[in-house]
Amino acid sequence: MTTRKTEILVGLFVALAIAAALLLALRVANQGMSGSGETYTLTAKFDNIGGLKARSSVKVGGVVVGRVERIYLDPRDLIPVVELKISSEYSNTFPDTSSLSILTSGLLGEQFIGLSPGFIFPEDIVSIEEDKVCETQTLNECPYLTNGEEIFDTKSALVLEDLIGQFLFNQGSE
Amino acid sequence: MSMAITSVFKSVVNYFASLGRSTVDSITAVGQASLMLFGALIAFPQWKNIRLTIAQVYVVGVQSLLIIMVSGLFIGMVMALQGYTILVNYGAEGSLGPMVALSILRELGPVVTALLFAGRAGSALTAEIGLMKATEQLSSLEMMAIDPLRRVVSPRFWAGVISMPMLTLIFSAIGILGGHIVGVDWLGVDAGSYWSIMQSTVDWDKDVVNGIIKSIVFALVVVWIALYKGYSCIPTSEGISLATTQTVVYASLAILGLDFILTALMFGIS
Repeated sequence: MTTRKTEILVGLFVALAIAAALLLALRVANQGMSGSGETYTLTAKFDNIGGLKARSSVKVGGVVVGRVERIYLDPRDLIPVVELKISSEYSNTFPDTSSLSILTSGLLGEQFIGLSPGFIFPEDIVSIEEDKVCETQTLNECPYLTNGEEIFDTKSALVLEDLIGQFLFNQGSE
Repeated sequence: MSMAITSVFKSVVNYFASLGRSTVDSITAVGQASLMLFGALIAFPQWKNIRLTIAQVYVVGVQSLLIIMVSGLFIGMVMALQGYTILVNYGAEGSLGPMVALSILRELGPVVTALLFAGRAGSALTAEIGLMKATEQLSSLEMMAIDPLRRVVSPRFWAGVISMPMLTLIFSAIGILGGHIVGVDWLGVDAGSYWSIMQSTVDWDKDVVNGIIKSIVFALVVVWIALYKGYSCIPTSEGISLATTQTVVYASLAILGLDFILTALMFGIS
Protein backbone atom coordinates (compact mmCIF):
# COMPACT_ATOMS: atom_id res chain seq x y z
CA MET A 1 0.00 0.00 0.00
CA THR A 2 2.83 2.38 0.81
CA THR A 3 4.31 1.90 -2.66
CA ARG A 4 0.93 2.77 -4.22
CA LYS A 5 0.73 5.96 -2.18
CA THR A 6 4.34 6.72 -3.03
CA GLU A 7 3.71 6.25 -6.72
CA ILE A 8 0.67 8.55 -6.64
CA LEU A 9 2.59 11.27 -4.83
CA VAL A 10 5.56 10.96 -7.19
CA GLY A 11 3.11 11.22 -10.10
CA LEU A 12 1.65 14.39 -8.62
CA PHE A 13 5.20 15.74 -8.14
CA VAL A 14 6.01 15.12 -11.80
CA ALA A 15 2.71 16.71 -12.88
CA LEU A 16 3.50 19.78 -10.75
CA ALA A 17 6.94 20.04 -12.36
CA ILE A 18 5.38 19.82 -15.83
CA ALA A 19 2.86 22.51 -14.87
CA ALA A 20 5.72 24.73 -13.70
CA ALA A 21 7.60 24.15 -16.96
CA LEU A 22 4.46 25.01 -18.93
CA LEU A 23 3.96 28.20 -16.93
CA LEU A 24 7.55 29.21 -17.61
CA ALA A 25 7.23 28.33 -21.28
CA LEU A 26 3.89 29.97 -21.97
CA ARG A 27 3.64 32.88 -19.56
CA VAL A 28 7.23 33.82 -18.73
CA ALA A 29 9.45 33.10 -21.75
CA ASN A 30 9.03 34.39 -25.28
CA GLN A 31 9.26 31.78 -27.95
CA GLY A 32 8.01 34.04 -30.72
CA MET A 33 11.08 35.17 -32.63
CA SER A 34 13.74 33.19 -30.81
CA GLY A 35 15.25 31.29 -33.69
CA SER A 36 12.54 28.78 -34.49
CA GLY A 37 10.34 29.59 -37.47
CA GLU A 38 11.40 30.50 -40.96
CA THR A 39 13.31 33.74 -41.48
CA TYR A 40 15.08 35.59 -44.25
CA THR A 41 18.19 37.74 -43.96
CA LEU A 42 18.69 41.40 -44.78
CA THR A 43 21.81 43.52 -44.30
CA ALA A 44 22.19 47.22 -43.70
CA LYS A 45 25.13 49.55 -43.10
CA PHE A 46 24.95 52.23 -40.45
CA ASP A 47 27.41 55.02 -39.65
CA ASN A 48 26.89 54.44 -35.93
CA ILE A 49 24.88 51.72 -34.26
CA GLY A 50 24.88 53.26 -30.78
CA GLY A 51 23.80 50.67 -28.22
CA LEU A 52 22.29 48.19 -30.68
CA LYS A 53 23.06 44.55 -29.84
CA ALA A 54 22.54 41.15 -31.39
CA ARG A 55 18.97 40.00 -30.60
CA SER A 56 17.64 43.57 -30.54
CA SER A 57 14.23 43.68 -32.17
CA VAL A 58 13.23 45.01 -35.57
CA LYS A 59 9.89 46.78 -35.39
CA VAL A 60 7.44 48.17 -37.90
CA GLY A 61 5.18 50.64 -36.17
CA GLY A 62 5.88 48.89 -32.86
CA VAL A 63 5.20 45.36 -34.15
CA VAL A 64 8.19 43.02 -33.85
CA VAL A 65 8.91 41.51 -37.27
CA GLY A 66 12.46 40.28 -36.73
CA ARG A 67 15.67 40.44 -34.76
CA VAL A 68 19.27 41.56 -35.22
CA GLU A 69 21.26 38.43 -36.00
CA ARG A 70 24.78 39.81 -35.78
CA ILE A 71 26.74 43.02 -36.01
CA TYR A 72 30.21 43.28 -37.53
CA LEU A 73 32.52 45.87 -39.02
CA ASP A 74 32.85 46.02 -42.78
CA PRO A 75 36.56 45.32 -43.36
CA ARG A 76 36.92 47.78 -46.26
CA ASP A 77 34.61 50.68 -45.41
CA LEU A 78 35.14 50.34 -41.65
CA ILE A 79 31.49 51.00 -40.85
CA PRO A 80 29.17 48.67 -38.94
CA VAL A 81 27.11 46.15 -40.87
CA VAL A 82 23.94 44.83 -39.23
CA GLU A 83 22.48 41.51 -40.28
CA LEU A 84 18.72 41.21 -39.70
CA LYS A 85 16.57 38.10 -39.61
CA ILE A 86 13.01 38.90 -40.62
CA SER A 87 10.20 36.43 -40.10
CA SER A 88 9.12 34.73 -43.32
CA GLU A 89 5.57 35.65 -42.39
CA TYR A 90 6.59 39.07 -43.76
CA SER A 91 8.34 37.94 -46.95
CA ASN A 92 7.44 39.99 -50.04
CA THR A 93 5.89 42.59 -47.77
CA PHE A 94 8.36 45.45 -47.39
CA PRO A 95 9.29 47.40 -50.55
CA ASP A 96 12.89 47.97 -51.64
CA THR A 97 12.57 51.63 -50.75
CA SER A 98 12.00 50.90 -47.04
CA SER A 99 14.30 52.66 -44.62
CA LEU A 100 15.84 51.67 -41.29
CA SER A 101 16.55 53.85 -38.30
CA ILE A 102 17.95 53.03 -34.88
CA LEU A 103 15.48 54.16 -32.22
CA THR A 104 15.31 54.03 -28.45
CA SER A 105 12.29 52.75 -26.55
CA GLY A 106 11.54 55.29 -23.86
CA LEU A 107 14.09 57.71 -22.48
CA LEU A 108 16.50 55.12 -21.08
CA GLY A 109 15.19 52.00 -22.78
CA GLU A 110 16.93 49.55 -25.07
CA GLN A 111 17.63 50.38 -28.70
CA PHE A 112 15.85 48.72 -31.58
CA ILE A 113 15.64 49.07 -35.34
CA GLY A 114 12.57 50.78 -36.73
CA LEU A 115 11.68 49.77 -40.28
CA SER A 116 9.59 52.31 -42.19
CA PRO A 117 8.04 50.65 -45.24
CA GLY A 118 8.57 52.53 -48.49
CA PHE A 119 6.44 52.65 -51.61
CA ILE A 120 6.20 50.67 -54.84
CA PHE A 121 5.86 52.17 -58.30
CA PRO A 122 2.50 51.30 -59.83
CA GLU A 123 4.18 49.79 -62.91
CA ASP A 124 6.14 47.44 -60.66
CA ILE A 125 2.92 46.15 -59.11
CA VAL A 126 1.70 45.34 -62.59
CA SER A 127 4.97 43.57 -63.42
CA ILE A 128 4.74 41.50 -60.23
CA GLU A 129 1.34 40.28 -61.19
CA GLU A 130 2.35 39.55 -64.78
CA ASP A 131 5.84 38.09 -64.46
CA LYS A 132 5.76 36.71 -60.95
CA VAL A 133 9.36 38.02 -60.53
CA CYS A 134 9.19 37.62 -56.77
CA GLU A 135 8.80 33.85 -56.99
CA THR A 136 12.12 33.38 -58.79
CA GLN A 137 14.19 34.77 -55.91
CA THR A 138 16.26 37.08 -58.13
CA LEU A 139 17.45 39.95 -56.06
CA ASN A 140 17.02 43.11 -58.07
CA GLU A 141 13.98 42.27 -60.15
CA CYS A 142 11.63 42.00 -57.22
CA PRO A 143 10.47 45.34 -55.84
CA TYR A 144 10.20 43.79 -52.37
CA LEU A 145 13.05 43.11 -49.94
CA THR A 146 14.18 39.51 -50.39
CA ASN A 147 16.74 37.22 -48.81
CA GLY A 148 20.28 38.65 -48.79
CA GLU A 149 19.27 42.09 -49.96
CA GLU A 150 20.85 45.23 -48.52
CA ILE A 151 18.86 48.22 -47.31
CA PHE A 152 20.64 51.43 -48.28
CA ASP A 153 18.41 54.05 -46.69
CA THR A 154 19.56 53.94 -43.05
CA LYS A 155 19.60 56.45 -40.25
CA SER A 156 22.15 56.08 -37.45
CA ALA A 157 21.58 56.02 -33.74
CA LEU A 158 21.23 59.29 -31.93
CA VAL A 159 24.41 59.92 -29.97
CA LEU A 160 23.67 62.20 -27.04
CA GLU A 161 27.19 63.60 -26.85
CA ASP A 162 27.15 64.67 -30.52
CA LEU A 163 23.75 66.25 -29.99
CA ILE A 164 24.93 68.23 -26.96
CA GLY A 165 28.09 69.23 -28.84
CA GLN A 166 26.02 70.48 -31.76
CA PHE A 167 23.74 72.38 -29.40
CA LEU A 168 26.67 74.06 -27.67
CA PHE A 169 28.25 74.89 -31.03
CA ASN A 170 25.02 76.54 -32.19
CA GLN A 171 24.74 78.45 -28.92
CA GLY A 172 28.32 79.67 -29.29
CA SER A 173 27.86 80.86 -32.87
CA GLU A 174 24.80 82.96 -32.01
CA MET B 1 74.34 19.75 18.87
CA SER B 2 73.91 16.60 16.86
CA MET B 3 70.72 15.87 18.86
CA ALA B 4 69.26 19.21 17.76
CA ILE B 5 70.13 18.56 14.10
CA THR B 6 68.57 15.11 14.29
CA SER B 7 65.33 16.45 15.80
CA VAL B 8 65.11 19.20 13.14
CA PHE B 9 65.75 16.59 10.46
CA LYS B 10 63.05 14.37 11.95
CA SER B 11 60.48 17.14 12.07
CA VAL B 12 61.23 18.04 8.44
CA VAL B 13 60.79 14.41 7.42
CA ASN B 14 57.58 14.21 9.43
CA TYR B 15 56.28 17.32 7.72
CA PHE B 16 56.90 15.85 4.29
CA ALA B 17 55.42 12.54 5.39
CA SER B 18 52.20 14.19 6.57
CA LEU B 19 52.03 16.25 3.37
CA GLY B 20 52.46 13.10 1.31
CA ARG B 21 49.89 11.20 3.37
CA SER B 22 47.24 13.89 3.00
CA THR B 23 47.89 14.12 -0.76
CA VAL B 24 47.63 10.35 -1.17
CA ASP B 25 44.50 10.29 0.99
CA SER B 26 42.76 13.01 -0.98
CA ILE B 27 43.65 11.42 -4.33
CA THR B 28 42.43 8.08 -3.00
CA ALA B 29 39.19 9.73 -1.92
CA VAL B 30 38.68 11.22 -5.38
CA GLY B 31 39.38 7.83 -6.91
CA GLN B 32 36.96 6.05 -4.59
CA ALA B 33 34.29 8.67 -5.20
CA SER B 34 34.76 8.29 -8.96
CA LEU B 35 34.53 4.50 -8.71
CA MET B 36 31.36 4.86 -6.67
CA LEU B 37 29.91 7.31 -9.19
CA PHE B 38 30.81 4.96 -12.04
CA GLY B 39 29.15 2.06 -10.21
CA ALA B 40 26.02 4.13 -9.66
CA LEU B 41 25.94 5.37 -13.25
CA ILE B 42 26.28 2.00 -14.96
CA ALA B 43 23.59 0.60 -12.68
CA PHE B 44 20.94 2.82 -14.24
CA PRO B 45 19.89 0.63 -17.18
CA GLN B 46 18.60 -2.01 -14.77
CA TRP B 47 14.90 -1.51 -15.09
CA LYS B 48 14.11 -3.77 -12.16
CA ASN B 49 15.53 -0.98 -10.00
CA ILE B 50 13.01 1.53 -11.30
CA ARG B 51 10.65 0.95 -8.37
CA LEU B 52 13.48 1.61 -5.94
CA THR B 53 14.22 4.83 -7.81
CA ILE B 54 10.58 5.92 -7.69
CA ALA B 55 10.51 5.27 -3.95
CA GLN B 56 13.60 7.44 -3.60
CA VAL B 57 12.09 10.19 -5.75
CA TYR B 58 9.34 10.25 -3.13
CA VAL B 59 11.85 10.57 -0.27
CA VAL B 60 14.21 12.99 -2.00
CA GLY B 61 11.85 14.98 -4.20
CA VAL B 62 8.30 14.93 -2.88
CA GLN B 63 9.33 15.39 0.73
CA SER B 64 11.50 18.37 -0.24
CA LEU B 65 8.56 19.94 -2.07
CA LEU B 66 7.13 21.90 0.85
CA ILE B 67 10.35 23.68 1.82
CA ILE B 68 11.10 24.42 -1.85
CA MET B 69 7.65 25.87 -2.52
CA VAL B 70 7.57 28.00 0.63
CA SER B 71 11.11 29.30 -0.01
CA GLY B 72 10.29 30.04 -3.65
CA LEU B 73 7.18 31.99 -2.68
CA PHE B 74 8.97 34.10 -0.10
CA ILE B 75 12.06 34.72 -2.23
CA GLY B 76 9.88 35.87 -5.11
CA MET B 77 7.94 38.15 -2.77
CA VAL B 78 11.11 39.65 -1.28
CA MET B 79 12.63 40.16 -4.74
CA ALA B 80 9.52 42.05 -5.84
CA LEU B 81 9.46 44.18 -2.69
CA GLN B 82 13.14 45.11 -2.87
CA GLY B 83 13.09 45.61 -6.62
CA TYR B 84 10.03 47.83 -6.41
CA THR B 85 11.55 50.19 -3.84
CA ILE B 86 14.55 50.79 -6.13
CA LEU B 87 12.81 50.78 -9.50
CA VAL B 88 10.02 53.14 -8.43
CA ASN B 89 12.64 55.89 -7.96
CA TYR B 90 13.27 55.81 -11.69
CA GLY B 91 9.68 55.27 -12.67
CA ALA B 92 10.76 51.91 -14.02
CA GLU B 93 8.54 49.68 -11.88
CA GLY B 94 7.25 48.18 -15.13
CA SER B 95 10.57 46.35 -15.30
CA LEU B 96 9.79 44.55 -12.05
CA GLY B 97 8.59 41.46 -13.95
CA PRO B 98 11.82 40.82 -15.90
CA MET B 99 13.93 41.67 -12.85
CA VAL B 100 12.18 39.08 -10.69
CA ALA B 101 11.94 36.50 -13.47
CA LEU B 102 15.54 36.78 -14.68
CA SER B 103 17.14 36.75 -11.25
CA ILE B 104 15.05 33.77 -10.18
CA LEU B 105 15.38 31.77 -13.41
CA ARG B 106 19.10 32.37 -13.87
CA GLU B 107 20.48 32.40 -10.34
CA LEU B 108 18.23 32.10 -7.33
CA GLY B 109 16.12 29.22 -8.62
CA PRO B 110 18.94 26.76 -9.29
CA VAL B 111 21.21 27.93 -6.46
CA VAL B 112 18.70 28.22 -3.60
CA THR B 113 17.00 24.99 -4.63
CA ALA B 114 20.36 23.22 -4.63
CA LEU B 115 21.34 24.68 -1.24
CA LEU B 116 18.02 23.67 0.30
CA PHE B 117 18.26 20.29 -1.36
CA ALA B 118 21.75 19.77 0.08
CA GLY B 119 20.47 20.64 3.54
CA ARG B 120 17.17 18.80 3.35
CA ALA B 121 17.89 15.73 1.21
CA GLY B 122 21.70 15.53 0.97
CA SER B 123 22.25 15.37 4.72
CA ALA B 124 19.50 12.75 5.03
CA LEU B 125 21.11 10.61 2.32
CA THR B 126 24.51 10.79 4.04
CA ALA B 127 23.07 9.93 7.44
CA GLU B 128 20.99 7.08 6.05
CA ILE B 129 23.83 5.43 4.15
CA GLY B 130 26.28 6.13 6.97
CA LEU B 131 24.00 4.40 9.42
CA MET B 132 23.56 1.52 6.99
CA LYS B 133 27.32 1.21 6.96
CA ALA B 134 27.66 1.55 10.74
CA THR B 135 25.06 -1.17 11.36
CA GLU B 136 26.74 -3.32 8.68
CA GLN B 137 23.69 -3.46 6.45
CA LEU B 138 25.87 -2.76 3.42
CA SER B 139 28.18 -5.64 4.35
CA SER B 140 25.13 -7.87 4.79
CA LEU B 141 23.97 -6.98 1.30
CA GLU B 142 27.39 -7.91 -0.05
CA MET B 143 27.20 -11.18 1.90
CA MET B 144 23.96 -11.92 0.02
CA ALA B 145 25.74 -11.18 -3.27
CA ILE B 146 23.76 -7.96 -3.77
CA ASP B 147 25.85 -5.02 -4.92
CA PRO B 148 25.06 -2.15 -2.51
CA LEU B 149 26.08 0.31 -5.22
CA ARG B 150 23.24 -0.95 -7.39
CA ARG B 151 20.72 -1.62 -4.66
CA VAL B 152 21.29 1.37 -2.37
CA VAL B 153 23.43 4.04 -4.01
CA SER B 154 22.24 4.05 -7.62
CA PRO B 155 18.48 4.56 -6.94
CA ARG B 156 19.26 7.44 -4.60
CA PHE B 157 21.67 8.99 -7.09
CA TRP B 158 19.22 8.92 -9.98
CA ALA B 159 16.33 10.01 -7.79
CA GLY B 160 18.31 13.11 -6.81
CA VAL B 161 19.33 13.89 -10.41
CA ILE B 162 15.70 13.51 -11.57
CA SER B 163 14.17 15.45 -8.69
CA MET B 164 16.36 18.54 -8.56
CA PRO B 165 15.54 20.03 -12.00
CA MET B 166 11.84 19.49 -11.30
CA LEU B 167 12.16 21.16 -7.91
CA THR B 168 14.00 24.05 -9.59
CA LEU B 169 11.20 24.51 -12.14
CA ILE B 170 8.61 24.51 -9.36
CA PHE B 171 10.70 26.95 -7.31
CA SER B 172 11.06 29.35 -10.24
CA ALA B 173 7.39 29.24 -11.21
CA ILE B 174 6.23 29.83 -7.64
CA GLY B 175 8.84 32.55 -7.14
CA ILE B 176 7.55 34.44 -10.17
CA LEU B 177 3.96 34.03 -8.95
CA GLY B 178 5.11 35.30 -5.53
CA GLY B 179 6.61 38.34 -7.24
CA HIS B 180 3.25 38.84 -8.93
CA ILE B 181 1.43 38.69 -5.57
CA VAL B 182 3.59 41.42 -4.04
CA GLY B 183 4.32 43.51 -7.12
CA VAL B 184 0.92 43.53 -8.79
CA ASP B 185 -1.65 42.70 -6.13
CA TRP B 186 -0.05 44.58 -3.26
CA LEU B 187 2.16 47.37 -4.65
CA GLY B 188 0.05 48.09 -7.71
CA VAL B 189 2.40 47.45 -10.63
CA ASP B 190 0.36 47.03 -13.79
CA ALA B 191 -0.29 43.31 -14.37
CA GLY B 192 -0.04 43.72 -18.14
CA SER B 193 3.41 45.27 -18.00
CA TYR B 194 4.57 42.73 -15.37
CA TRP B 195 3.85 39.82 -17.69
CA SER B 196 4.41 41.37 -21.13
CA ILE B 197 7.81 42.97 -20.43
CA MET B 198 8.79 39.70 -18.73
CA GLN B 199 7.77 37.78 -21.83
CA SER B 200 9.67 40.07 -24.17
CA THR B 201 12.81 39.87 -22.01
CA VAL B 202 12.98 36.26 -20.86
CA ASP B 203 14.21 33.83 -23.47
CA TRP B 204 13.38 30.12 -23.23
CA ASP B 205 16.74 28.82 -24.48
CA LYS B 206 18.97 31.38 -22.86
CA ASP B 207 17.34 31.77 -19.47
CA VAL B 208 15.05 28.83 -18.65
CA VAL B 209 17.09 26.05 -20.25
CA ASN B 210 20.36 27.40 -18.82
CA GLY B 211 18.74 27.40 -15.37
CA ILE B 212 17.73 23.77 -15.84
CA ILE B 213 21.25 22.86 -17.00
CA LYS B 214 22.65 24.54 -13.89
CA SER B 215 20.29 22.59 -11.64
CA ILE B 216 21.24 19.28 -13.30
CA VAL B 217 24.93 20.02 -12.69
CA PHE B 218 24.21 20.98 -9.07
CA ALA B 219 22.13 17.82 -8.62
CA LEU B 220 24.98 15.61 -9.85
CA VAL B 221 27.46 17.28 -7.51
CA VAL B 222 25.23 17.42 -4.42
CA VAL B 223 24.03 13.84 -4.66
CA TRP B 224 27.51 12.60 -5.46
CA ILE B 225 29.01 14.34 -2.42
CA ALA B 226 26.16 13.19 -0.16
CA LEU B 227 26.35 9.56 -1.24
CA TYR B 228 30.14 9.39 -1.16
CA LYS B 229 30.33 10.97 2.29
CA GLY B 230 27.81 8.45 3.60
CA TYR B 231 29.44 5.53 1.83
CA SER B 232 32.94 6.34 3.06
CA CYS B 233 32.17 7.60 6.56
CA ILE B 234 33.84 6.26 9.67
CA PRO B 235 31.15 3.85 10.97
CA THR B 236 30.71 5.44 14.37
CA SER B 237 28.23 7.98 15.66
CA GLU B 238 30.89 10.72 15.48
CA GLY B 239 31.84 9.60 12.00
CA ILE B 240 28.26 9.85 10.76
CA SER B 241 27.73 13.29 12.28
CA LEU B 242 31.02 14.49 10.77
CA ALA B 243 30.08 13.08 7.37
CA THR B 244 26.65 14.74 7.50
CA THR B 245 28.20 18.11 8.35
CA GLN B 246 30.80 17.72 5.63
CA THR B 247 28.10 16.90 3.08
CA VAL B 248 26.25 20.14 3.74
CA VAL B 249 29.43 22.26 3.86
CA TYR B 250 31.14 20.76 0.82
CA ALA B 251 27.95 20.63 -1.23
CA SER B 252 27.13 24.28 -0.46
CA LEU B 253 30.63 25.43 -1.36
CA ALA B 254 30.61 23.33 -4.53
CA ILE B 255 27.24 24.80 -5.55
CA LEU B 256 28.34 28.40 -5.08
CA GLY B 257 31.70 27.85 -6.79
CA LEU B 258 30.19 25.98 -9.72
CA ASP B 259 27.47 28.60 -10.02
CA PHE B 260 30.09 31.25 -10.68
CA ILE B 261 31.81 29.11 -13.30
CA LEU B 262 28.53 28.17 -15.01
CA THR B 263 27.30 31.79 -14.96
CA ALA B 264 30.59 32.94 -16.49
CA LEU B 265 30.27 30.31 -19.22
CA MET B 266 26.58 30.91 -19.91
CA PHE B 267 26.11 34.64 -19.48
CA GLY B 268 29.62 36.06 -19.13
CA ILE B 269 30.55 36.38 -22.78
CA SER B 270 27.81 37.46 -25.12
